[in-house]
Amino acid sequence: MDYTADQSGFRQQPTMRLRNYSAEGPDASQLFEDTSGVGSASQSGLRNQQAGPQSSGFAGQSLLSEPMSNLAMAYGSSLASQGREMVDKNLDRFIPISKLKYYFAVDTVYVGRKLGLLVFPYMHENWEVSYQQDTPVAPRFDVNAPDLYIPAMGFITYVLVAGLALGTQNRFSPELLGVQASSALVWLIMEVLAVLLSLYLVTVNTDLTTIDLLAFSGYKYVGMIVGVVAGLLFGRPGYYLSLLWCCAAIFVFMIRTLRLKLLSEAVAEGKLVRGARNQLRMYLTMSIAAAQPVFMYWLTYHLIR
Amino acid sequence: MAFTLYSLIQTAILCTNAVAVLHEERFLSKIGWGVDQGIGGFGDDPGIKAQILNLIRSVRTVMRVPLIIVNSACIVLLLLFG
Repeated sequence: MDYTADQSGFRQQPTMRLRNYSAEGPDASQLFEDTSGVGSASQSGLRNQQAGPQSSGFAGQSLLSEPMSNLAMAYGSSLASQGREMVDKNLDRFIPISKLKYYFAVDTVYVGRKLGLLVFPYMHENWEVSYQQDTPVAPRFDVNAPDLYIPAMGFITYVLVAGLALGTQNRFSPELLGVQASSALVWLIMEVLAVLLSLYLVTVNTDLTTIDLLAFSGYKYVGMIVGVVAGLLFGRPGYYLSLLWCCAAIFVFMIRTLRLKLLSEAVAEGKLVRGARNQLRMYLTMSIAAAQPVFMYWLTYHLIR
Repeated sequence: MAFTLYSLIQTAILCTNAVAVLHEERFLSKIGWGVDQGIGGFGDDPGIKAQILNLIRSVRTVMRVPLIIVNSACIVLLLLFG
């Protein structure tokens, strides 16, 4: 075993499995299709714009045809592209944009399957994330991979649905949307921090990154939206029934997903491996999964009266 | 419960301050959580207590100077804007 690795406790990215974010060219074609047809399109648009004002005969528009203005325009565009490069480079230091791109490489089929999995995870057999030469496959190709598209959209939809629910009870005001959004965001951040802290304390060697945890915590918004919408349509019984269903579904989903990432291989396959460490990890998985229904109820019960 | 991002920042500052004021000699050694008493095992499994002690020690070392700056800024802002 690697003793130096274990001593550092909770390692977020072991050297075995790294996400490959280096080059833009081959990676861009892997994650997203290159649909850019720039250069020729923008230049022909510019020439058309120049021809228009000239033919209308305004005196002031002849400025555009002078050679000095061409030089100024070329200088301005090069300055703009330099500025953009600098902003990109500095932004990449704080927010890892290239890593984020992996989480948004989704398509409609994946989103449909994932949403189905979130409300009905009972029939799904294989929960392993498939790898492609030590890098995880993009979510587009593997339904088990975590993504950030569903959590982001779910969060925004939750805020809007909350506004709708408050509106039907005549409790709505535009500030409330902001209050709901920041409240849910704060709970999300606290939950991710709590999970990170507990993973550090239990010294789990896993390749779960912070963004993965953010994605997993964001999946409960789907259940919350289903619950609130059912509550709006069918009243309190509908809300409680659908929330119960979605809570159970999220619980099973989280356990089955986290089991493969947090627990050791033997336990994940179902054999009972005794030992304090494995028991602790099992408790940790259970508590992370159990926190999801609690949050789901906590964040939605005040919306249904 | 209506939480705002501002209250999250307040919570973070208060918690970090709370960890930073734990005195090494007067308190932590007395309850057996001192620097020399925690990290014994270099084995496979550091254990929860060793991890907590490590965390407290590293927070105190790393956050001492930034906390001075942040607390001073907080004091000035609270004096000015209430």
